Amino acid sequence: MSNLLDLLVAGLATGAIYALVAVGFTLLWQTSQTINFAQGEFVMLPAFLMLAVMHAGAPFWLAIIAGIVLSLLLLGLGFKLLLVDPMLRHGVLPLAIATMALAIGMKEAVKQFFSAEASPFPSIVPAGDVSILGRVVSLQSLGVLALAIAVVIGLTMLLNRTSIGHQMQATAQNPTVARIIGVPVERMILLTFLINAFLVALASLLITPIYLAKFSSGEVLGQAAFIAAIVGGFNQVRGAIAGGLLIGVVDNLAAAYVSTQYRAAVPMVLLIVIILFRPQGLLGRPEERTV
Amino acid sequence: MTINGKYWRIALGIAVIVALIIVPMNFNRYGLYILSQWAVMTIAAMGLNLTLGYAGQVSLAQGAFVGIGAYAAAIMTTQGLPLIAALGVAIVLCFAIGWILGYPALRVQHHYLAFVTLAFSTLAFLVFRNEDWLTKGIYGISGIPRPNVLGFATNRPLPFYYFCLGSLAVVSLAMWWLIRSPWGRAFVALRENPVRALSLGIDTRRYTLMAFAIGSALGGVAGTLYAPLTQYIDPVPFNLSLSLDLLMMVIVGGSGFFFGPFLGAMIAVLLPEWLRFTQGYYLMLYAVAVMLLLIYSPTGILGILDRYLAERRTKAASALRAVAKSRLETAP
Repeated sequence: MSNLLDLLVAGLATGAIYALVAVGFTLLWQTSQTINFAQGEFVMLPAFLMLAVMHAGAPFWLAIIAGIVLSLLLLGLGFKLLLVDPMLRHGVLPLAIATMALAIGMKEAVKQFFSAEASPFPSIVPAGDVSILGRVVSLQSLGVLALAIAVVIGLTMLLNRTSIGHQMQATAQNPTVARIIGVPVERMILLTFLINAFLVALASLLITPIYLAKFSSGEVLGQAAFIAAIVGGFNQVRGAIAGGLLIGVVDNLAAAYVSTQYRAAVPMVLLIVIILFRPQGLLGRPEERTV
Repeated sequence: MTINGKYWRIALGIAVIVALIIVPMNFNRYGLYILSQWAVMTIAAMGLNLTLGYAGQVSLAQGAFVGIGAYAAAIMTTQGLPLIAALGVAIVLCFAIGWILGYPALRVQHHYLAFVTLAFSTLAFLVFRNEDWLTKGIYGISGIPRPNVLGFATNRPLPFYYFCLGSLAVVSLAMWWLIRSPWGRAFVALRENPVRALSLGIDTRRYTLMAFAIGSALGGVAGTLYAPLTQYIDPVPFNLSLSLDLLMMVIVGGSGFFFGPFLGAMIAVLLPEWLRFTQGYYLMLYAVAVMLLLIYSPTGILGILDRYLAERRTKAASALRAVAKSRLETAP
């Protein structure tokens, strides 16, 4: 039990990042039935955008702003206009496959234009340890956790307390009815894409200092975020948050207590069990099947 | 047009088959390897096409079945057993696992099912990597022998290519028969509307499981060819990306079309090779090509053809109608 606290904090920190990525994923699904298989690569790219700006000689804070703006343009606006809009009316599967191709393309582009090697990435949280309850906990984990929680709370407030949030939820629940009662559905859908782009840029900023910037780093992350979204509830933002935290903690505990070899299997088994017994996810609501 | 069209189609088919036999004769070792890989991947994609295109179930586990078949072949043939025995084991094993994996498909649909099968894919990969006693873990199994077929050794690339091509032909014929049998029609009914299929008296449970099991078994068949083709296997080729690639092949070729997997595998296996002259950019161009194709025609390559033919048919029909109408009008 000695290092349980460390494991929990580290698990919650990675889990919070998974939650950020998973929330964007569920938002896209809710408003536009987009399953983005490139979500992991969406997290990988902003780090490289920021690195590129830094290589051009800009300071870190400027690189962060430029990275977020570029991410909004490319991964938000560009993704929606160039790939999702032309394909949306053709159903879920072709679009999902197209995002798989997008993932390959993004990975290869970064490998080709930037580097195949892992690059270090500066952290926005200072290194060091603090002691809590007599235990030494890494400051980085705490900082990441705090920032991610702040963003998640901000997002929940946006969705539940503001008019724009209500309009977005209405769009997510039933676009036709939302349009009738005067919600600018198109603008709301665009907004979810921009929010997703912002969230992945932020996740990139938080996770890259821990795992280095590498062209292939999106694979594991994307998969973890998908599992988090499914486990928590595919059609619920709070489900994605809960799922993200759960997967982060379970993953860390499994690595410590089960076996390092089969650590990746533990979240998978959790996923299968949950899907079989509660297909809508822990906090999700069932989707009606159409005949 | 119909009779002519039929002859043309048969002529085209024969021409393609002859080309597949004759043209590679002066290919180098690498070219033959790529073509053999195309044949093997087509078999795996055909299996997935049955599960996805005909029974409408998204599976992200086909790569894992290829892996199971490949490991069955590698382990058994390096122990001196014949490949045909490994093929039998692979088919039985994959059929059984596919059947079990079909059960979640009865409960959950679409993306949920995709993720159950994705989880299975990951588990299979972990078993390949971690069970050293069976699979030699990350070191892999080398020196996989190529089989003797009817007394002919297939050690050299060309005979082995013919072996792969022959296997593809056998599987294609079996598939052709299957989708035209009552079973195949039941699969299509299932895909189009599960509830209506049920009301027509189709045992949807059994056919869903069957589509999964047969599709998976074909993945196993592809695997037993893959192992002697590369003569060395380790867990890496059978990770999730193979399953994703196979899914892409089916959709890009045209899911639910008999020849979809042939074209899809051609795009996925051969196009990156043809683009190799662009050096580091080839996978990027490949990804862009796939995206553009899907934007232009979400039903894949054969979807374009299908649309074109349908358009011609409508035009022909409306021309006939116009003729008939004018005759009616000119008639006294």
